[in-house]
Amino acid sequence: MDSHIEVPELQEQFETPAQQKEVSTLGMWIFLVTEVMFFGGLFLAYSVYRRTFATVFGAASNTMDVWLGAANTAVLICSSFTMVLAVRAAQVGSRKALIVFLILTILFGGVFLGIKGIEWDTKFAEHHVPGPTFHLEDVPPGDQGPAQLFFSLYFTMTGLHALHMVIGEGLMLFLLWHAYKGKYTPSYYTPVDIGGLYWHFVDIIWIFLFPLLYLIARHQH
Amino acid sequence: MITEAVQERETYLNASYGIKSWLLTKDHKRIGLLYLHTITFFFFLGGIFATLIRLELLTPKGSLVSADTYSKLFTLHGVIMIFFFLIPSIPATLGNFFLPMMIGAKDLAFPRINLLSWYLLVIGGCFALYAMLAGGVDTGWTFYVPYSTNYSNTYVIATGLGIFIAGFSSILTGLNFIVTVHRMRAPGMTWFRLPLFVWSNYATALIQVLGTPVIAITLVLLIGERTLHIGIFDPARGGDPVLFQHLFWFYSHPAVYIMVLPALGVISELVSVFSKKPVFGYKVVAFSSVAIAVLGFLVWGHHMFVSGQSVYAGLVFSFLSYFVAIPSAIKVFNWTATLHKGSISYATPMLYAFGFIGLFTVGGLTGLFVACLGVDVHVHDTYFVVAHFHYIMVGGTIMAYLGGLHYWWPKMSGRMYPEGWAKLSALVIYLGFNLTFFPQFILGYLGMPRRYWTYPDEFQVLHVMSTAGASVLAVGYLMPLIYFMWSLRYGPIAGPNPWGATGLEWRTASPPPAHNFEETPIVTTEAYDYAALAAMEEAKVG
Repeated sequence: MDSHIEVPELQEQFETPAQQKEVSTLGMWIFLVTEVMFFGGLFLAYSVYRRTFATVFGAASNTMDVWLGAANTAVLICSSFTMVLAVRAAQVGSRKALIVFLILTILFGGVFLGIKGIEWDTKFAEHHVPGPTFHLEDVPPGDQGPAQLFFSLYFTMTGLHALHMVIGEGLMLFLLWHAYKGKYTPSYYTPVDIGGLYWHFVDIIWIFLFPLLYLIARHQH
Repeated sequence: MITEAVQERETYLNASYGIKSWLLTKDHKRIGLLYLHTITFFFFLGGIFATLIRLELLTPKGSLVSADTYSKLFTLHGVIMIFFFLIPSIPATLGNFFLPMMIGAKDLAFPRINLLSWYLLVIGGCFALYAMLAGGVDTGWTFYVPYSTNYSNTYVIATGLGIFIAGFSSILTGLNFIVTVHRMRAPGMTWFRLPLFVWSNYATALIQVLGTPVIAITLVLLIGERTLHIGIFDPARGGDPVLFQHLFWFYSHPAVYIMVLPALGVISELVSVFSKKPVFGYKVVAFSSVAIAVLGFLVWGHHMFVSGQSVYAGLVFSFLSYFVAIPSAIKVFNWTATLHKGSISYATPMLYAFGFIGLFTVGGLTGLFVACLGVDVHVHDTYFVVAHFHYIMVGGTIMAYLGGLHYWWPKMSGRMYPEGWAKLSALVIYLGFNLTFFPQFILGYLGMPRRYWTYPDEFQVLHVMSTAGASVLAVGYLMPLIYFMWSLRYGPIAGPNPWGATGLEWRTASPPPAHNFEETPIVTTEAYDYAALAAMEEAKVG
């Protein structure tokens, strides 16, 4: 019972700090399950239409800039690495290292969004955005509709992923601010831990998006 | 001496005062009451639409409203009742209030998220109200494409956004319940000592967490289709409208179990308390809730037998739908077995429980009719289906909700409701319900399609019966609203355990203190152990 007084972060519904940490972590895992189901609807739509329009989807996928996509994949993997190091730094109580690795994670996230922005911009210039002016080269007029479907899925999936990245950047800034104020100690760093879970999840979504959108028909080149 | 103690005791109701202490509360009991007020509002609002529908159908030729208005009436009735009343009903009010108490916790795992989920429901509700006041929506609560994306000139986007936001309310409630049941149980409260109400809310929470995100993404795609014409459901671009139906029902069929599973949990509590016996086959009843949750995800295609889906898919969906009958029947049989040689009392909550068992059985058995491929082709989109799901949702969920509300009212308010009036209301609701919806089975079997504004003259007798029943039902629903409010001031003081029930929520004062228990309870017995309760009472007196 005395622990109530000694640990200021302990909320009143919990008996011990360990219980509080378990609860927060389980809560984040369940939230990530809901995210899997949320993106799952899009992956289902993708699977259905890729199977129906395999050739068109291949041709559309081949117009993606695979190097920018690969660069973004590398950037995100690096950001996950710095995120892990940030959690480790919080665990051992190194405030300075925590701040450095959070900043690096935020920077990698920013680079990803920047590259993504350049890619989207190119799509507008190339008339690859679904709508009245849409036109995909080397695809017969009858298949322009399904080609638009590919790009609709591309924009919806990468758009929702980017939205999650933006939210992740916000979370990282929040963690950075609290880390700067010295709020995290080896006995209390749960927010860094579950913030990291979220960040890795968003990375993993991209690990699925990259091959599905960029690489499905590369062998035809 | 005693009255003085009652007046001075701190409860969750007088722990703090003022509107802010309610709107910013983190107490699950107060949030439960916020939900109670909100969904009561939406229930009567949805009821107004139902009243207008029934009045219109008094005569064969549309004489009260236009065809367009009629479409808006049944859409708003469905949207409001399903997303803003039935989905939150039992879990967000009774579950919110009692689930932490039943497991001996001080609160839910995430009190702030709990408050957030109430705000999300209110914000979602505001979008729906905006859509209603701005001109309504006429797609039916199912929002089938291409009508909802290309043709309807009503407020589809505002309504869709409202449901999207309210969906997150439901997800967060489910998340909170799962974590709470896993990590917040009192010492000695093992999984197989949990009251069955907790089991059924846990199973419900699994569906909320796994199903609701799918309707969220479906609504995103629907709104994207309507605003940006992304083409996912548009055949002109190779999109498939049937994909919308698959995504929609992947949530909306399990949503039926979000609505009815908590009701099954309430009935397990009531049947046990009012026959003073442990629930027969406790573990089987507990697992049957989980089984319903799992099977519920595998049967969505039975809404699409006539959509042009593969006939082999139809066969599998039909077969699996029959499977849902097994855990459902287990519950009904086990409740009946619990009654056997029990010391049965006919208090109001028990009358609702009896009503539930009868109506749920009729609703469940007619579910087998519509799960049968050949029969469904005949009754699909008729009043037979309307009657079937109202037997489950109104005859089932609302009966259990009212039964639970009567049962736990003394704990929530500290006062008893007037027993005579309450018994009368249970009877009026039961009779009114059957008079409203039984004729609809016959109407549907004879070929009356749902969502129609006019009908051939020969259907009028049955429609008049249904409307008459609806009037009786309306009276039945207004009665508790009045006498519950009356009881807040004039009801007899209830005491901590007026029913002689075993749950932990009855071991603390009525109304409970802000932190539920004076000290964390330690659990040493199974759920529904009436002998142990009697021994404990005796020891206290001795």
